[in-house]
Amino acid sequence: MFDALTLTTGVAALLLAAWCGWAAYRDQPTKDWHFIGMAVVSVLALVQLVIGIVQLARGEEPEQGTTIFVAYLIGTLACIPAAGFMSLAERTRWGSVTVAAGGVVLAVLEVRLYDIWGG
Amino acid sequence: MAAAVEEKRTRLISGPGMLLVWLYGVMVVGAVSRSVVQISTEFDHAPLAYSLSAVAGLVYGFITYSLVRGGETARKVALGCCAAELLGVLTVGTWTLVEPSAFPDATVWSDYGMGYLFIPVLLPMTAMYWLRKSPSERPG
Repeated sequence: MFDALTLTTGVAALLLAAWCGWAAYRDQPTKDWHFIGMAVVSVLALVQLVIGIVQLARGEEPEQGTTIFVAYLIGTLACIPAAGFMSLAERTRWGSVTVAAGGVVLAVLEVRLYDIWGG
Repeated sequence: MAAAVEEKRTRLISGPGMLLVWLYGVMVVGAVSRSVVQISTEFDHAPLAYSLSAVAGLVYGFITYSLVRGGETARKVALGCCAAELLGVLTVGTWTLVEPSAFPDATVWSDYGMGYLFIPVLLPMTAMYWLRKSPSERPG
């Protein structure tokens, strides 16, 4: 269950990165649709946080420790919203590049989460 | 002329600068949280590696703050810190390759930051390129 969610969120993050990268390539700032995309990815990260905590509450142990697991879950949730706010402050193609970088960072975090959970 | 420059703090985070702040921000969170966890739970295991991660986190934090604050002094200070950071990455990167036994556990700067997609070594170079001139001298 948790691994499937990790995979989904990671792939969604990469899609978001590609989409915003495309906007940057065409010299465009992030638009409403991009923000909806960011919201979708953030909701996935939120669901992941909730499910992760439920798994912990049911007594399951992440392979590399609970502290690191929870820290990464919080990091994945904060990642895209932070990049989104920065793209609001920078209404040029560079705002789009920032969100694209955020997507890549999130994908990397998901890979680490997969290892930490021990899938 | 000088008065005109001082009148308003030059923004360092417009355009590509915003991307730099984001990446530095990520590195701050990465390095600081990593060192906090490791120092508080298993410091004796690899004191040198964990201390270096903490120092790296502080340097990243200071550069991020300078970029966001803006202004000519901040630009110069950030430039100096980036040079120190690059030196740190190259030194620690080489050190971990030459004498792995000194590092029972990895730091942010091990193997030139390979575990962090080489961002630790690429970032200071990009930042120095971005900060090399004051924005008033920059074309466009």
